[in-house]
Amino acid sequence: MIEPTRPKTARKKIQAGELMNKVMSDHFYQVNEAATTGKQKVAWCTSVGPAELLRALGFAVHFPENHGALLGATRMATDLIPEANAIGYSPDICSYLTADIGAYLKGVTPLAKAYPGIQSVPKPDVLVYSTNQCRDVQDWFGWYSRELKVPSIGIKSPRNFNEVGAAPIEDVSRQIQALVPQLEAISGTKLDMDRLRETVALSRECTELWKQVLETAKAIPAPMTFFDGTIHMGPAVVLRGTRAAVDYYKVLLAELQQNVRDKAGAVEGEKVRLYWDGMPVWGRLRQHSEHFLELKANVVASTYCSSWIFQAFDEKNPFRSMAQAYLELFIVRSDDYKESYLKQMIDDFRIDGIIYHDAKTCPNNSNSRYGLPKRLESATGVPSLVLSGDLNDLRCISDEQTKTNIEAFIEQIVEGK
Amino acid sequence: MSKSVYVGLDIGSSRTKVAVLDADRRLLGYAIKKSGTDFSATASICLDAALEMAKANRAAIANAVSTGYGRANVGFITTHSKTEIGCLANWCRYEIPGIITLIDIGGQDNKIVKLDKDGRRDSFKMNRKCAAGTGAFLEEMSTRLDLPLEDMDGLARASKEMVKLGSYCTVFSATEVLENIRNGRKVSDIVKGLFYSVIKRVLEMDLPTEKVVMTGGVVAHNAYIFDMAEEMLGRPVIRPEFPQLAGAMGAAVYAINEKGASDTPDPSQPNFEGELL
Repeated sequence: MIEPTRPKTARKKIQAGELMNKVMSDHFYQVNEAATTGKQKVAWCTSVGPAELLRALGFAVHFPENHGALLGATRMATDLIPEANAIGYSPDICSYLTADIGAYLKGVTPLAKAYPGIQSVPKPDVLVYSTNQCRDVQDWFGWYSRELKVPSIGIKSPRNFNEVGAAPIEDVSRQIQALVPQLEAISGTKLDMDRLRETVALSRECTELWKQVLETAKAIPAPMTFFDGTIHMGPAVVLRGTRAAVDYYKVLLAELQQNVRDKAGAVEGEKVRLYWDGMPVWGRLRQHSEHFLELKANVVASTYCSSWIFQAFDEKNPFRSMAQAYLELFIVRSDDYKESYLKQMIDDFRIDGIIYHDAKTCPNNSNSRYGLPKRLESATGVPSLVLSGDLNDLRCISDEQTKTNIEAFIEQIVEGK
Repeated sequence: MSKSVYVGLDIGSSRTKVAVLDADRRLLGYAIKKSGTDFSATASICLDAALEMAKANRAAIANAVSTGYGRANVGFITTHSKTEIGCLANWCRYEIPGIITLIDIGGQDNKIVKLDKDGRRDSFKMNRKCAAGTGAFLEEMSTRLDLPLEDMDGLARASKEMVKLGSYCTVFSATEVLENIRNGRKVSDIVKGLFYSVIKRVLEMDLPTEKVVMTGGVVAHNAYIFDMAEEMLGRPVIRPEFPQLAGAMGAAVYAINEKGASDTPDPSQPNFEGELL
């Protein structure tokens, strides 16, 4: 029987966290310096946009989705979203978008609080998107384009594939290449294909290491949780294609592998292993993490953290492999693919139950709306729970309902074992 | 020394319910009171009233389990808690064994819990973040209509021509109600429409199995909702003797199962986790 008592110990601390903080800090200062001194041109890029191309052209790269997550995690978002609502951006659309635009309108950023000397997000020279995740990113960048008088260019991605065939790869590959002349003009740099190959190779190396990091959680007990993953994925998000990210994940991986050998679980007395599908609730990371810890349950795997694994990157064929990597992403795929992917994850990570986060403002990352949980439950016998919430807008969340749902779900799993 | 008793405390958002059972799961005593703002004090009053009905005292308590929104606020009697979903399922498992769907309509939320042939929880669902299909919806509407809550069941039964309310948003429904008042519709027809809206919202949440039982304060005080549910489902719905006590009784059953066979407690040695007052 599981008794929900206050945790006597916190989740096992990952020592590499200090190094990660430095790596992230260096990144934010470097982009800030680029923007404030003009030493380097600044590009804003969607999280799975063509970052490799931008780095190869010498841009310092800022990721607004990362900024959106920071606004959520610092619980600034809910107060800022209404600012964007007031200028016509609905409360029902992406709360990264509304929080980020709201922050701009109010002239605030969590970066200024965390990193002395940084006063604002870096002013962009160009905005580069890919709609592989959703259309919202294009509208998001469109607003900044009008506001800041900078070009917004990007890739209009096909979506919903079972298999990613040659035609869409060709299409996206051409679209990436079509960006080159305009980006060369803005950066004042001619694209060096060797540098692009090198960047793609680093992205590939980063992705391989990140994959291995996440796979350490296949061990019982798992040495990390989903909540660790959402923090430690930072370098994979903002530093893909750099040596700094690769070096960091080597350190993190070594620590986690040692913890596996030592059977040092992130959740003491791990009894239940869960999978999280959908976005994290950024403003509730600590609360959720502690709640699972109290219940001796570990969320060992997730769609979200695994979405930064891009195995297609191939320096021998940079444009085509970038296109393939951006299209193979979970969020771009069909429900049939998603179902088979989740089945595999259930097996690989020995999952007892799946939690689907139905995020009010993020339909593309909410996979519970078209019957998938029921189908997967029938196929695997693994129970599921759908939590209503949001990634950033805490007005869409009932903490008490979430708590009761999670406890009841874990009770059900334990009593059924 | 009195015989051992087992206590379930269901500290709901609207009402606190306490059930006292013997080791054979027979209901000996119970109490129900508005939860108010001091969950602990209300639970204490209910506990003493239920024990008095059971002809027992606190020293006879062999074990106690709490549930409901205030389940963590009764440390004076127990630190063992279970979710209300678990307790409802536990009650159902022993009272009505077999494949069944339990529909609980409470003050703040509603729940659908499905049990398999062995009485294990197959799945559960709670209402989403709106009040539709809950007691809170009826409370809000009774205020809008300036009606005592306890009159609503009788009014709904008297209706000859139900008003259909289409929205699942409390605010939108209120607007619909106002529109119907403006159009001269009878209050009884509007109230029946509200009842219909509650049960329809709940039944939309999942596919019920052949056997259905309904519990919770809303059906306890508005028995006409049972009739309406039967009409909508096209089959009888099991009506427990104490629909509002199902969660508390399920918690008490957990207390029995945790403790094992009945015994006679030593009143000087509380034999469950937690301290007596």
